[in-house]
Amino acid sequence: MVLHSVKSKYFGLIIGLLLLILFNFLSIILGYTDITIQTVIESFTNFNGSNEHIIIQDVRIPRALIATTVGASLGIAGALLQALTRNPLASPDILGFNAGASFSIVVALMLFSVSSLQATTWIAFVGATIAGLLVYFLGSIGRDGMTPIKMTLAGAAIAALFGSLTQGLLVMDESALDQVLFWMSGSVQGRKLEILLAVLPYLVIGLVIAISISNKINILMMGEDVAKGLGQRTLIVKLITGLSVVLLAGGSVAIAGPIGFIGIVVPHVVKSIAGNDYRWIIPYSGIVGGVFLLMADIGARYVLMPEEVPVGIMTALVGTPFFIYIARKGGKLA
Amino acid sequence: MRKYTSVRAFRDRISFLLDRKAITFHVISLLLLGVIFLISVGMGEQLFSPWKALNIMLGNGSSFESLIVQSFRMPRILISILVGISLAVAGAILQAILRNPLASPDVTGITGGASVAVVLFLAIFSNESNALTVSIHWMPLAAFIGATIVAILLYLLAWKNGLSSFRLVLIGIGLWALTKALTNLFMIIGPIHQAAQANVWITGSVYGANWNNVQILAPLTLVLLIIVFIMTRHLNIQELGEDIALGVGARIERQRFGLLLLSTALIGSSVAFAGGIGFVGLMAPHIARKLVGSSFGNLLPLSAIIGAILVLLADTIGRTVFLPLEIPAGVFTAAIGAPYFIYLLYRQRNA
Repeated sequence: MVLHSVKSKYFGLIIGLLLLILFNFLSIILGYTDITIQTVIESFTNFNGSNEHIIIQDVRIPRALIATTVGASLGIAGALLQALTRNPLASPDILGFNAGASFSIVVALMLFSVSSLQATTWIAFVGATIAGLLVYFLGSIGRDGMTPIKMTLAGAAIAALFGSLTQGLLVMDESALDQVLFWMSGSVQGRKLEILLAVLPYLVIGLVIAISISNKINILMMGEDVAKGLGQRTLIVKLITGLSVVLLAGGSVAIAGPIGFIGIVVPHVVKSIAGNDYRWIIPYSGIVGGVFLLMADIGARYVLMPEEVPVGIMTALVGTPFFIYIARKGGKLA
Repeated sequence: MRKYTSVRAFRDRISFLLDRKAITFHVISLLLLGVIFLISVGMGEQLFSPWKALNIMLGNGSSFESLIVQSFRMPRILISILVGISLAVAGAILQAILRNPLASPDVTGITGGASVAVVLFLAIFSNESNALTVSIHWMPLAAFIGATIVAILLYLLAWKNGLSSFRLVLIGIGLWALTKALTNLFMIIGPIHQAAQANVWITGSVYGANWNNVQILAPLTLVLLIIVFIMTRHLNIQELGEDIALGVGARIERQRFGLLLLSTALIGSSVAFAGGIGFVGLMAPHIARKLVGSSFGNLLPLSAIIGAILVLLADTIGRTVFLPLEIPAGVFTAAIGAPYFIYLLYRQRNA
């Protein structure tokens, strides 16, 4: 833990926010078309319909905002999940959220020809939740309850199962493939601001719940027995936490498709900076998650210039060594 | 009549137990494979009865019929069988040396390593018109190298005062995710940019197999299988666990490394021609073990036959039931294999 006093934590939070704004800015000006700061300001004050202004307003700004929102939501969802499952390897993608959401959207598109934005969002929610619950249940069977290993294995199996079913459905209908492939690539590029706005209410509710419940999570982390002894209704706290996770992670999947490993990396980084108090971990996870995804997204533009790499690939490349490191440490918390 | 017969040859270099019950199972499963083979030859847009299929294969059909059978269906069926055998045997070896019933080529990321290598190979050695600039014979070698790198990485990363089987699987899943990301990355660079086609290959399919592929894969598989067969007694010892194996005088690390290379070679050669057909390496050895127990003299051949049956069945269903569409064989094997994996997990819940 780097920051000890409350003052330094506030200070760190402010620095984090500044970094977040800085990277938002970099995300707007960097890329295949480099853009000067002046042009960015002009595009707001004096929009003239030039190519650059259109790129800024229609492509770069939505992209930066979506990366920030999705990164923050996934970071917080990861922190909550790791608390809920007492498992340092827990994260929405390991729990099968991504696979479940992909599968449900493909089914909805093909069998019920659903295509409205609102409906797709809800379907992604439902699919993510079902897969998450399945993995949670499978990971908890047995005498010693939920262990990191069982949960990860169950998650991998569920992901493989849903993945193959999705694959099979897609082979049967190539027009659906065209519609879904874009979404399945896990990217914050080319998403319209409307998608963000459609999902934003759920994300905000999830965030509010997360912040307001963080004190209760601190008590829960002392152990189930202690929490009960202190008069906490642990089941209700867990359920509410779970609801917040579903809102945050499900909403992110609905916007950006499967982007993995943020939920694992971010909480660990945050804990090494800000300690184990969830009243701090939640806001820090949001900021670090946002910065992390913005950085990955900016990197994704440069790796294979002029082509873009889906940001999900970038986060996986950074995240898997981290995952292996934690697995080697025996799944213990940092 | 004795229940077991021991077979020893070449001054005990090769030795294994044969058991009567196991021989029955071998015969039954071989017959089953033969029946599925004939049905598979007959199935397709041109339907032949199994009996007619046999006749065509013996050269008694019209030239059109024998064209369909000889040029289109046979190579595909043979590749399915070879791939099934390779994956099943590789899975059985992995389960023995890692001493872990959940270890399988895909979950440990080894198949993924081979996929990365193949995609990279295609990306590097293709010109603009998507033609290979080097012989396709090198592709299995590339896949083998990729699989071996991942296997060695897995071994090194999971090693921490010995191998814990759960840590190994956990790290394997991490490597699996990593190889998936790398495959996608190289696919963007490489010539297989047509997403639909690449998707099919990643899922695992023997679509488009030709005699050229068979000519490469068949001798390779045969040689590897013979080596595995010679190593059977080492496999049996490996399964006893480190202490006992050391106690009976096995050079355990050396043998284990040799066996690991064998399994990555088998995986590499099958991935090079069929992509990642999932969960065959997990299911086949388990089914075989249920039937004949865990002595490798019985287990290996039966796993091989069951693996061949699984892949051939999956491919036959995939290319016939949903006509005119083709479903990659990997979709079916994963759709059965993933629940099976969950079942194994459930069985192990208190381990």
